[in-house]
Amino acid sequence: MVEAIFQYEFLQNAFFTGVLIGIVAPLLGVFIVVRRLSLIADALSHVTLAGIAASLLLEKKFISSFLFNPFYMGMAFSVAGSLFIEKLRSVYKHYQELAIPIILSSGIGLSVIFISMADGFNTDLFSYLFGSVSAVSRSDLWTVLFITLGVIVTIFLLYKELFLLSFDEEHAVASGIKAKTVHFIFIILVALVIAASMRIVGILLVSSLMTLPVAASIRIARGFKQTIVFSILFGELSVILGLIFAYYLDLAPGGTIVMLAVLILLLVIIWKKWRRS
Amino acid sequence: MMNEQEIVLKIENLSFRYEKENVLEDINLSVPKGSFLGLVGPNGSGKSTLLKCILGLLKPQTGTIYLFGTPISEFKDWHRIGFVSQKANSFNTGFPATVYEVVASGLTSKLGMFRFLSKKHRQAVIDAIEAVGMKPFINRNIGELSGGQQQRVFIARAIVSHPDLLILDEPTVGVDVHHVQNFYNMLDELNRHLGITLLLVTHDIGTITEKVTHVACLNKHLHFHGKAQEFAQLDSKELSQFYGHHLHVLSHDH
Repeated sequence: MVEAIFQYEFLQNAFFTGVLIGIVAPLLGVFIVVRRLSLIADALSHVTLAGIAASLLLEKKFISSFLFNPFYMGMAFSVAGSLFIEKLRSVYKHYQELAIPIILSSGIGLSVIFISMADGFNTDLFSYLFGSVSAVSRSDLWTVLFITLGVIVTIFLLYKELFLLSFDEEHAVASGIKAKTVHFIFIILVALVIAASMRIVGILLVSSLMTLPVAASIRIARGFKQTIVFSILFGELSVILGLIFAYYLDLAPGGTIVMLAVLILLLVIIWKKWRRS
Repeated sequence: MMNEQEIVLKIENLSFRYEKENVLEDINLSVPKGSFLGLVGPNGSGKSTLLKCILGLLKPQTGTIYLFGTPISEFKDWHRIGFVSQKANSFNTGFPATVYEVVASGLTSKLGMFRFLSKKHRQAVIDAIEAVGMKPFINRNIGELSGGQQQRVFIARAIVSHPDLLILDEPTVGVDVHHVQNFYNMLDELNRHLGITLLLVTHDIGTITEKVTHVACLNKHLHFHGKAQEFAQLDSKELSQFYGHHLHVLSHDH
């Protein structure tokens, strides 16, 4: 694959996009998991699908334009979805998790309508659902790079606040942290990363890249920083090995990456059990 | 410079009601710097309400609270006040954070946005952990510790920003009975050696009166407010006046 990467631009795009996502998805995932919001990523990815379906519909029925690019359209829907989740969470104060199924089903509902209006499935849509090595363009790579840098810088700057907010929301609020603002920024980052990840792992599997490496890491890490480091390590391992396997065995990359993440998780659980006994 | 007689907390003619009936009535209280005040009272006596007023979370209908001489409505230096809530140990025990990381998070609001721990801050974190006797556990995950150890970590988090006043709400709830004495000894150290003024809220008047310098008895009204020695001299008849029929259930273990 190494020679192939030098040879084919589409492989370079896929590989580097994968490497970037392998960093940011688990990085945000750590905060999502410890705040018990694992399903938010799922809800947002389904909203992203609605955006993609809408753009495919527009492209087919009307005009294709830069603005209707499925990537950007998906991102816009994802960010809008994240705002709705926040709104719903404050409406249902005592049933905050309700926001997730509401947004998730709205996303699927919209997607199905758009897809049916656009005369059903096609290969394009399939690649969005399950990821594709060949679908990543150079401009996608630049967008993902831009998002990655933005996310890393933001997390770095807001690390203290995010940590305290995740660990002890009440104390965070009592000590004067602008919890709403910080959370709002965070959820937008999540929406952006979901949209960025869908090219490689696919809409249906995006959330797994945010949760599985963290699930493995949390079993063995000591402290929060180590949890982040291990999560990124496991995420990166799944992505790189997954892309290599997918390329040589001609598999869907999304599925391969996710199954590798599951394998790592199982190995960690077994290793931990074995060490204890 | 502060003098020894500085009044850290002063409450004047405070009354508070949630609905029609007063929960707190005509409370007058002053806490001099360096003292260790035990605020005792039975369940439902208005202790938590008074705390919330002091922390600025509730606004009393009448009366004024002064923190370091400033009326609470104008008070800005909240980092001078540390607070360990009763619910401190109800956090997610599976949270992957070390003792060091939890205590360092106590500096978040003092530092402000976009600022990072300096070498001096890191030393302050280690010192705070040492002050509560948790140094050997500094790199352990918080969830692996016992309830009493966790409570110590939360106290370290509260004192890491060097508050002048530390408020503790029922800190021994969830602490193993055998370790309560130890726990009070540690508070005593903080009070004497670090000079932190302590306000400890509890419904347990047994152990606490031996450790504190001042006692305030609350049951809607402030029934007693004075030195701990004077409190110890009260006979049980006078005590039961403050406490009513609650007295006999006070010393049972949780």
